[in-house]
Amino acid sequence: MWKLEPRPEPSRPMAYASPLIAVVLTLASGYLLFSLLGKDPVQAFQVFFVKPVETRYGVGELLLKATPLILCATGLALGFRANVWNIGAEGQLVIGAIVGGGVALHFSEAQGSWLLPLMLLGGMAGGMAWATIPALLRTRFHTNEILVSLMLVYVARLLLSYLVHGPWRDPAGYNFPQSRMFQDAALLPVLADGIRTNWAFVFALLLAALSWVFAEKTFAGFRLKVSGLAPGAASYAGFSEKRNIWLTLLISGATAGLAGIAEVAGPIGQLQPSVSPGYGFAAIIVAFVGRLHPLGVVLASLLMSLLYIGGETAQIQMSLPAAVTGVFQGMLLFFLLAADLFIQFRIKSVARHPAPGRSTGVAATERAA
Amino acid sequence: MQRNPEPDVAPRLALRGITKRYPAVVANDCIDLEVAPGEIHAVLGENGAGKSTLMKIIYGVVKPDAGEMLWQGSRVEVATPAQARRLGIGMVFQHFSLFETLTVAENIALALDERVAPDELASRIRAVSQSYGLPIDPERLVHSMSVGERQRVEIVRCLLQQPKLLIMDEPTSVLTPQAVERLFETLRRLAREGCSILYISHKLDEIRALCDAATVLRGGRVTGTADPRQESAAALARMMIGSELPECHLQPRTPGELKLEIERLWLPTLDPFGVTLREVSLGVRGGEIVGLAGVSGNGQKELLAALSGETLASAQSIRLVGEPAGNLDPARRRRLGLSFVPEERLGRGAVPALSLAANALLTGSGRGMVRRGFIRDATMRGFARSVIERFNVKCGSEEAIASSLSGGNLQKFIVGRETMLNPQVIVAAQPTWGVDIGATRLIRQALIDLRDRGVAVLVISEELEELFMVSDRIAVIANGRVSAALPTAQATVERIGAWMSGKFDDAPAEAIDVEA
Amino acid sequence: MMTGYMIAFLASTVGAATPLIYASLGELMVERAGVLNLGVEGMMLTGAVAGFAVATQTGSLALGFAAGMGAGMLLSLLFGFLTLTLQANQVATGLALTLFGVGLSAFLGRGFVGAVVTGLKGISLPVLSDLPLVGPLLFRFDPLVYGSIALFIVLEWYLGRARGGLLVRAIGESPACAHAIGYPVVAIRYLAVLFGGAMSGLAGAYLSLAITPMWVEGMTAGRGWIALALVVFATWKPWRVVLGAYLFGGVTILQFHAQGLGLAVPSEFLSMLPYLATVVVLVLICRDPKTILLNQPASLGRRFHPDAG
Repeated sequence: MWKLEPRPEPSRPMAYASPLIAVVLTLASGYLLFSLLGKDPVQAFQVFFVKPVETRYGVGELLLKATPLILCATGLALGFRANVWNIGAEGQLVIGAIVGGGVALHFSEAQGSWLLPLMLLGGMAGGMAWATIPALLRTRFHTNEILVSLMLVYVARLLLSYLVHGPWRDPAGYNFPQSRMFQDAALLPVLADGIRTNWAFVFALLLAALSWVFAEKTFAGFRLKVSGLAPGAASYAGFSEKRNIWLTLLISGATAGLAGIAEVAGPIGQLQPSVSPGYGFAAIIVAFVGRLHPLGVVLASLLMSLLYIGGETAQIQMSLPAAVTGVFQGMLLFFLLAADLFIQFRIKSVARHPAPGRSTGVAATERAA
Repeated sequence: MQRNPEPDVAPRLALRGITKRYPAVVANDCIDLEVAPGEIHAVLGENGAGKSTLMKIIYGVVKPDAGEMLWQGSRVEVATPAQARRLGIGMVFQHFSLFETLTVAENIALALDERVAPDELASRIRAVSQSYGLPIDPERLVHSMSVGERQRVEIVRCLLQQPKLLIMDEPTSVLTPQAVERLFETLRRLAREGCSILYISHKLDEIRALCDAATVLRGGRVTGTADPRQESAAALARMMIGSELPECHLQPRTPGELKLEIERLWLPTLDPFGVTLREVSLGVRGGEIVGLAGVSGNGQKELLAALSGETLASAQSIRLVGEPAGNLDPARRRRLGLSFVPEERLGRGAVPALSLAANALLTGSGRGMVRRGFIRDATMRGFARSVIERFNVKCGSEEAIASSLSGGNLQKFIVGRETMLNPQVIVAAQPTWGVDIGATRLIRQALIDLRDRGVAVLVISEELEELFMVSDRIAVIANGRVSAALPTAQATVERIGAWMSGKFDDAPAEAIDVEA
Repeated sequence: MMTGYMIAFLASTVGAATPLIYASLGELMVERAGVLNLGVEGMMLTGAVAGFAVATQTGSLALGFAAGMGAGMLLSLLFGFLTLTLQANQVATGLALTLFGVGLSAFLGRGFVGAVVTGLKGISLPVLSDLPLVGPLLFRFDPLVYGSIALFIVLEWYLGRARGGLLVRAIGESPACAHAIGYPVVAIRYLAVLFGGAMSGLAGAYLSLAITPMWVEGMTAGRGWIALALVVFATWKPWRVVLGAYLFGGVTILQFHAQGLGLAVPSEFLSMLPYLATVVVLVLICRDPKTILLNQPASLGRRFHPDAG
């Protein structure tokens, strides 16, 4: 008989191993899934995971798609440490795109090099502003930030839809719901010829590194960690929960907003009704799988990015449904949560009945003198 | 050798070779125990000796790894509490198993294995509780009841099932001395009626007053059995801990100026189940220890939160070293010189998942461990190491995770950390609760050392003996009000006990735990 | 004419409220037992696609609804296994369930976009439907509408008076206590979770088989999250769930009737109303910390391990 027994101490090796286990299990399930769909699993694996990165351009795409994931997940990871659940990063991303894009559309004739930084700042400000709402509602009105930030995702998307269907629609765009294309000065320069990866990728890596320094080496980061691990201890130590909530929500709002403007000032080049295939949500998975650690987050972002691209490629080349990416993402998180069990617990076999003990008689101590 | 009045009657309960192992410790090691019918049998041992685990095994909550249990002569296996109840075993838990948002009747209904109509149940509850002198109202919500009343509910719940063996796990830690007497009367009556009682405690005086027999546990093993009425306290203590119980002696000294002043603190409670503090006034001088006694649930939690800064009050209602501090947050109070040892170790005093070094940073950040926002690892580790050394904390190193330490060792670390922050004022809540004798000795001495160095020490505890041992003056908190502080030499257990029921000063008080 | 319009408005409000009632009441039972399942949106979507798929394939709406419930139960079983047996974090697992459910439903439903099925029709109750004015207004709904009302009555009774409901409330307050007395806490929580899954699945199937009989990716549009907010708004009491659901139903329907009401607001802003209303409602309820303290099951979202010594 097997029994789940709590470990005296959380297992360090398992903390690193469980994401790997989760990845392996996901791939194994993918293998099964492809077979069930009547496709040759080996070929499907090839198309999904190998083909996309065979060319220089392909690697560029991989890094390009990983950029918004790294940006969002870096901010989210800080929040998750402190038990602040910003589920609405997707909405902050959209608002970031709107504000930054709005700057570009406003200065439609501008060519100066000040335009792009202004757009980026605008995007970050937009994301931060959108994140202010759940922060305020949580600190002043004790309202759960999960539901609030999530509702605001729908609101943000509707706002974007309104803008591109209405006031910001390109008059020369054949009535398509999209804004004018941004001029060159409003686009992020690419890192090299022949690929679409742009400078946002570099920012993302920098931010990831900075966030690690912040989380591990500063007292503010320590306060976040304690808040998430033991809120009673944080309150005992005088760490302000309100300050933590504001800090993490504003930071994750800013990074999500940056991701948003990076998308529209990058590969998309304009405002459209949809500027993100759910990066804000995928970033949640990335943060978890990456163990809230920047190196893990970058690696997990690359994996997730591969899942996105592979899904698109497989759809074109093998008529696999695009939605299979979503299934993989969900499975990955599930397997991770399941594998995490072994950090806190271990399996032991127990005998069915306790063995009869030898009767040693009562240890007799006559009156102690 | 077991004293058995009728040699041909099988003992009500017999344990042979009971063993239970947990990952870090052997809680019970080959334990033998015999309880005769109608006998009040004490299970004596200090904190951590394995008493609670043994009771959980008897009650079917925990399965032993080895050993057997005999009930009235025949071998039984108790796999669930329901089975235990069917045999006739009842248990009154130390930390009550009552649901606060339900009524008394609903709570009892959940514990009964048979379905009883609500009206019939209510009348049965009234009948039994009246008959045994433990009056309770079946329709009351448990959260509105005092701890003493809740214990009555637990006992009545057991009595309704006509138990043949009643297990009482540390029942008196929540009672005033007068209430303890009444409980003893009830238990003696039950024993006369033939019910056996297993009485778990570490309080020697009570056991000697109440029990017919005692089995002593130490470190998970039985170290002896005795008849407590015939043994001296010293002899029992030696069986329990291998030496005499530690006594602390305070050298008399003249206290300095007031370092902690609570003046007419009025704090309405936000928690619907909490207690409002009314006009609390108390002063502690440098170089003295003031002990605050009281049954749990009379406002200690609220007062501690107001003192630590987790709940804010008006600025002048609390003064630290002369500075108004009532509206300051914990960090700023620490800077003024306040140290605080909280009641809960894990989750409050220390973060379970972090190392001892990191836990030093929890309150020690003002000691050079943080510079310009960055953590100075070396300083942090050094501080933790010195705490570990000076306070004899048994652990791997300063990198050991807090949750891997035993209760006593973690408490030593926390007390050590707060002590080594060189406070002007230290507040300690239940400083030796659940802590083994060795650590208890060290912690009490640490508090006395602080006092001798001129620190103002406030100890809030539910253990009267402890307060009598370490305090210069004793006050009582009852129903959110605090009495005057009496010099210990002038205080008696009876007087303090009466105060704990709320009967202090001239104003008639309605204590939360008024015993009718 | 105005009456006819009112009838249409109220009828569509009821239609919008009904799935919220099922999903919310289901989640209410789960949370009363102390478990927080944020995966309602995912379970609703999966229930919607399963129900639609089975109904189009078999031609039977009843089977479709059953399939919806079954799909919801399967997903909730997965959630239960991860959180109750494997001790995973409930918030993270619920989010994972939603993401997975969204992806899975899109995946399974790709062959059914554009398929057609005859939706659930209203029924006529014998005498009641012919009452003047009130008849057509109140008594010509489909069976599931009446089912939702019946469900809320049953749950009010169950939680207030039945021994089983008493036990659920007890477990929601303190699973450790209930375990010490000897109750199978984990098993009862599993049952609650499965019930919640069935209700969410049913709610989803109602969307795809009754309200708008079709399948579209993501057709719940956040209703699962609104259902979660409703449980908080209702302070965990069934009758308040119904009240809130009808209020929300009304707000949701407003956007479709805005033109008729002569409102010149862009449609996107009207579509925002339910989401904004959810935020406002949450703030109103959570503002006073006492409300939550007094009503929220004390063990909500916390891990429980039976062998924790």
